[in-house]
Amino acid sequence: MTQEDKMKAYWKQNLKYLAVLLSIWFIVSYGFGILLVDQLNAIRIGGFKLGFWFAQQGSIYGFVVIIFVYVWLMNKLDKKFDVHED
Amino acid sequence: MDIQTWTYIIVGISFSIYIGIAIWSKAGSTKDFYVAGGGVSPFANGLATAADWMSAASFISMAGLISFMGYDGGVYLMGWTGGYVLLALLLAPYLRKFGKFTVPDFIGDRYYSNVARTVAVVCAIIVSFTYVAGQMRGVGVVFARFLEVPINTGVYIGMGLVFFYAVLGGMKGITYTQVAQYCVLIFAYMVPAIFISIQLTGSYFPQVGFGGTLADGSGTFLLDKLDGLHRELGFSEYTSGSKSVMDVFAITFALMAGTAGLPHVIVRFFTVPRVKDARLSAGYALVFIAILYTTAPAIGAFARTNLINTVSNAPYSSVPEWFSNWEETGLIKFEDKNKDGKIQYVADKEVNELTIDQDIMVLANPEIAKLPNWVIALVAAGGLAAALSTAAGLLLVISTSLSHDLIKKQINPDITEKGELIWARIGAAAAVLVAGYFGINPPGFVAATVALAFGLAASSFFPAIILGIFDKRMNRQGAISGMVAGILLMLFYMLKYKLQYFGGGTPDDWWFGISPEGFGTVAMIANLLISFVVSRATAPPPENVQEIVESIRFPRGAGKGHMH
Repeated sequence: MTQEDKMKAYWKQNLKYLAVLLSIWFIVSYGFGILLVDQLNAIRIGGFKLGFWFAQQGSIYGFVVIIFVYVWLMNKLDKKFDVHED
Repeated sequence: MDIQTWTYIIVGISFSIYIGIAIWSKAGSTKDFYVAGGGVSPFANGLATAADWMSAASFISMAGLISFMGYDGGVYLMGWTGGYVLLALLLAPYLRKFGKFTVPDFIGDRYYSNVARTVAVVCAIIVSFTYVAGQMRGVGVVFARFLEVPINTGVYIGMGLVFFYAVLGGMKGITYTQVAQYCVLIFAYMVPAIFISIQLTGSYFPQVGFGGTLADGSGTFLLDKLDGLHRELGFSEYTSGSKSVMDVFAITFALMAGTAGLPHVIVRFFTVPRVKDARLSAGYALVFIAILYTTAPAIGAFARTNLINTVSNAPYSSVPEWFSNWEETGLIKFEDKNKDGKIQYVADKEVNELTIDQDIMVLANPEIAKLPNWVIALVAAGGLAAALSTAAGLLLVISTSLSHDLIKKQINPDITEKGELIWARIGAAAAVLVAGYFGINPPGFVAATVALAFGLAASSFFPAIILGIFDKRMNRQGAISGMVAGILLMLFYMLKYKLQYFGGGTPDDWWFGISPEGFGTVAMIANLLISFVVSRATAPPPENVQEIVESIRFPRGAGKGHMH
């Protein structure tokens, strides 16, 4: 693989990660917290209606997890394509 | 000891720490002044970003706002945290690799145009000033309530302090004072929250108590109790909303994109040594922010329950002491319309007798829960830390715009390092004075313009930066026309529907049923479309610019910072 092909493959993989992680980002907030809130509110966990919980708690936990997963994936990818920093 | 003595002691100690840090971290070079030498550890930068980001509004107003909005308050929670995902995934690492000092730097270089640079400078200054005025006012208000000095004296004290560490230490001083300020503000926020959670639900974690049962032995869930109270009094149920889905969607997105496009937040990611540190520190920042943001809705629900239980149908003659204390400040107003001597707190405006300012939900919380005086003093110190840390970050953006983006990059490129540093300090000093002026003479539209700041950032910077990284074909014509169109559209909508210019209008006239708070989403889409169309109809960017775009996509080779 030439250097240019390698860089292309690296960027493509990065975009793939972004697509997956941003879909999850969309689902936990706009999906569960806004669009599907009424349906999810029929389910209860303790005192929380599930849709309400996603809007005020769950989405935020989801965001934190998404960023750390991204950090982990990208650190691995950087090493694999040898573009990591020391 | 009384509350005031405690407040003097705790605020005094916290201020001495900030000043001590400022003296220790004096800036020696423009790189120190603009990006703290580029050597801040990702953990420290996460703390500083959290303090930078969480303003007086987050600390003082947000929980109260949510307690009055119920489910609808989720737009702020999701909007102001979800933006960090966009920052970490789409902006921070690439801007760090680009490795300059400011957002206009990126816009100007990427779009090879000083017009683009100037548009970015103007946007940065408008966004930052609208924001900072509210912060200085917040400092004044906290001083006035807890130390019983006039609001203006409070603003002067706040100005003096920010002046000292922003002018002396620049980004380096600001970074390390923000680290200290985060510690103060989160401690001050969590102590009363935990106490109240234990009192009300028996749980040590407010986030758990929020969904738990009441500690009164009834076995009823807190949120069910609250929904029941709301139904009785005619309010819409706490856990369901009253805004349209379209509007909730638009507001959430505008706040997210606005967060990711705010220059004082973005610039924090220029201060870490490596690209991987920029990613990681966005993660840390969100963890530190999430501690407060997941607690706020719990406080909102606790405070709402406590409030209704205490005041609803209670005889006015036997209200608790905090009620009378806050009545004196004018933040609680009672008018006995039916002369029965009892407080009717209901949704129907004709019958309702009680008006409550949302800000007291956090400020009066420790008193409502009968917590010791030192906790109340701690809340004052926390509110000040939140306001000062955000003000300092904003002032730095304004001063850098002047010394770096205007003078160094456009007016006098041959300026010496020393000369530029002097201009940076002059800029910071001037910005403090202007901010102080707005704090003392707040323009009537401050509340409206804070929402405007997000809409403006979302409709101008956010698309220009994203396209600059992900669309190699994007050129200067596209980016400039997109930014100008986006920001003008946003300004027009806000002026028309928020401030009633251009013939004004009611919520019935809103485009697509979207409120001015959410319109940033529409203006941002307009920006993206216009940028795309114009760029495809004009010449592609020069070869060397396309190489810049290539290079920012890969981490290796980011300019090194020096550790301190």
